[in-house]
Amino acid sequence: MQITVNGNNREFSTETSLSELLKSIDIDERYVAVELNRKIVPRSQFSEKLLMENDILEIVTFVGGG
Amino acid sequence: MTDTVLKLGKYEFKSRLFVGTGKYQTLELMKEALEASGAEVITVAVRRANIGCKPGESLLDYIDKDKYTILPNTAGCYSADEAVRTAFLAREMGISDLIKLEVLGDKNTLLPDPVGTLEATETLVKEGFTVLVYTSDDPIIAKRLEDAGATSVMPAGAPIGSGQGILNPNNIRIILETLSVPVIVDAGVGTASDVTAAMELGCVGVLLNTGIAGAKDPVQMARAMKLACESGRLAYLSGRIPKKLYANASSPLKDF
Repeated sequence: MQITVNGNNREFSTETSLSELLKSIDIDERYVAVELNRKIVPRSQFSEKLLMENDILEIVTFVGGG
Repeated sequence: MTDTVLKLGKYEFKSRLFVGTGKYQTLELMKEALEASGAEVITVAVRRANIGCKPGESLLDYIDKDKYTILPNTAGCYSADEAVRTAFLAREMGISDLIKLEVLGDKNTLLPDPVGTLEATETLVKEGFTVLVYTSDDPIIAKRLEDAGATSVMPAGAPIGSGQGILNPNNIRIILETLSVPVIVDAGVGTASDVTAAMELGCVGVLLNTGIAGAKDPVQMARAMKLACESGRLAYLSGRIPKKLYANASSPLKDF
């Protein structure tokens, strides 16, 4: 299934959880906040949240700034 | 003379210098500069995660979370909605409810959009954030932001990253007289004396980034900024002498 991750379309197998997706793209889930279709997903729900075709994910983190 | 701690909502700090984490050549250098600055509050930005970035390359690997309070900003947001969305994502990182709110109005000057800033302040205060809000040095909007529930109002000394210092000390003075929330000078600081000037006016703190990160020797400059902040604070608490037009001899004038 296709999922948009930070603006790029990517292919993932069906029944992928958010946790599994993050792992597959080398993202340490302790360091990110995630929006799924513009709604925040609490970190405690990452492992149970199953992704659907055409979902849109925004994965953000802290970077240097003033 | 002993100083009181700086209270920002439920948070308390001994250091009055707040420093950013942007623009450093390396994360190692940033870590050293943060250490030398003595800051307890450090600002970070929220951005899309770089996919494929391995652990060890993250900013958070270089920040001791037991030592520093992380103050996420909404830099780069040009509308209240964007800033609010960014603030929610920042809070979701699970570190704190602190937010350095910036709603910018223009890419060249990076001056704040006062209308958007006020709107976002109202929303975030309602949502339970501790809002430290970046604004211009206009006393009227500063007061409106206080009325909207900002925990701290943070006027720019000069445009972000410009290093021009405190361009309008009179406006900062009026803000200090008008507001009762803590006032922190945020942005525009170029060198140590700028920090001292802000603290001597009575600001409770100074927030800066480029002044340290852009210096030839950031670690040494961080120490200079730390000392400048302490000096300015002590001078403010000590009560300076009034400026007079004529001389006033320091030695006794009496004849031998």
